[in-house]
Amino acid sequence: MRHRIPLALCSLLPGTALAANLDLSIELPRLDVAEYHRPFVAVWLEREDKSVAANLAVWYQQPKKGGPAQAAPAAPAAAAGAPQSGMQGVAGNQGGTKWLPDLRQWWRRSGRELALPVDGVTGATRAPGEHALSINLADLPAGSYKLVVEAAREEGGRELVDIPFQVPVKDAVSLKAKGSRELGAISLSVKP
Amino acid sequence: MKNLIKPLVLAAACLPLTALAHKQWIAPSKTVLNVDGWVTFDAASSTDPFVRDHNAARLDNLVITAPDGSTVPPENPSAGKLRASFDLQLKQPGTYKIAVVNTGIAASWDDNGQTKRWPPRGTPFTPEGFAQEVPKKAKDLKVTQSIGRLETFVTAGKPSDTALKPTGKGLELVPVTGFNDLYTGEPATFQFLLDGKPAADVEVEVIADGTRYRNEVGEIELKTGKDGRFTIEWPQPGLYWLSASVQDKKADEPATERRSSYTASFEVLSP
Repeated sequence: MRHRIPLALCSLLPGTALAANLDLSIELPRLDVAEYHRPFVAVWLEREDKSVAANLAVWYQQPKKGGPAQAAPAAPAAAAGAPQSGMQGVAGNQGGTKWLPDLRQWWRRSGRELALPVDGVTGATRAPGEHALSINLADLPAGSYKLVVEAAREEGGRELVDIPFQVPVKDAVSLKAKGSRELGAISLSVKP
Repeated sequence: MKNLIKPLVLAAACLPLTALAHKQWIAPSKTVLNVDGWVTFDAASSTDPFVRDHNAARLDNLVITAPDGSTVPPENPSAGKLRASFDLQLKQPGTYKIAVVNTGIAASWDDNGQTKRWPPRGTPFTPEGFAQEVPKKAKDLKVTQSIGRLETFVTAGKPSDTALKPTGKGLELVPVTGFNDLYTGEPATFQFLLDGKPAADVEVEVIADGTRYRNEVGEIELKTGKDGRFTIEWPQPGLYWLSASVQDKKADEPATERRSSYTASFEVLSP
């Protein structure tokens, strides 16, 4: 699981490996709150036994480039007016890794075993709006999967949305789900 | 009213002894963290678990075992009136065991209708003191050895079990389901060992945090099977207090009876 290869697959299951093309759209809703922080988000593919077939994206507060070795209390805040603590506080060289366990399900299923950052998977938090991801999985064994999107926000809540799908597909399928607060519309199209 | 009071008095008289004792607990602020994260712990005894309203726990025998099996000291230990506390930074990936192990021998006997005890509260057992203070042929002389473990567990990153290896002494709990991998909707199985061997037919009591904010204590009562295992269904997320004790005759001299007890706290998350 410590691979630095993008979208590394831990395919322990025997069976035919097939290519799958996934097009995702993830909406982060614009929330009218007094103190808004961009959510931490994890996106992954789950097998039927809930193990992780692939990590697709993990967005969290990144370490400050050229930042101090330790997040010193006197260091300037990452963003003007940002609070000095919490998920989006002083980034230092650790960034928001302290708060990654708040993506509870992702942390349990794979986050806690990963060496971060993971090239092509981890990245900075995203602004409200729709975010598209296009992923080509070279060898995904036939079976039932779930696309899982989990979001956790400082001063906010946590939400988990999933979309079950099958591999392989004969024709392209388009699937949708919707979060209730922390996540907006999620869509997934699976192409052969 | 009269009809009501009688059964109540009877019920009170029939309460098991343990119900009268205060419950000990160590409450971690969090149990699932990333490496380098800090946890703070409160430790106390009280009638209801996790309610800070009686006495601070004594931390003289606190031992923190790191994931690599080494012992690490607590940071900022302090004792208040109602609770003792200490901090811990999880510098290693894996599971830490936080344990207070109290052992001792105590004697009680009947001296002309009065119950005498030795050693006095807060003083340790010594063979010399025992020989001097306890009459050998006292009426109803009972010499009891006690081994009490008070534990909790926290994990940075991926859970591990090096720190969880049983010592083989007294009553101990080992994971079947990981101690820091507990979720509502997923029954958890643990195993009790007595002197390192599966402890069958042990009664286990489990109480969820928050007794102060509900009318029922809501104890969950369980019993270990032949293999020492038992399974818990967590009704809701939160902290849980788990306790069990067994009595036998496998005592060290001069004790003739032995009481082994085990108490631990677990955090259950929502999936």
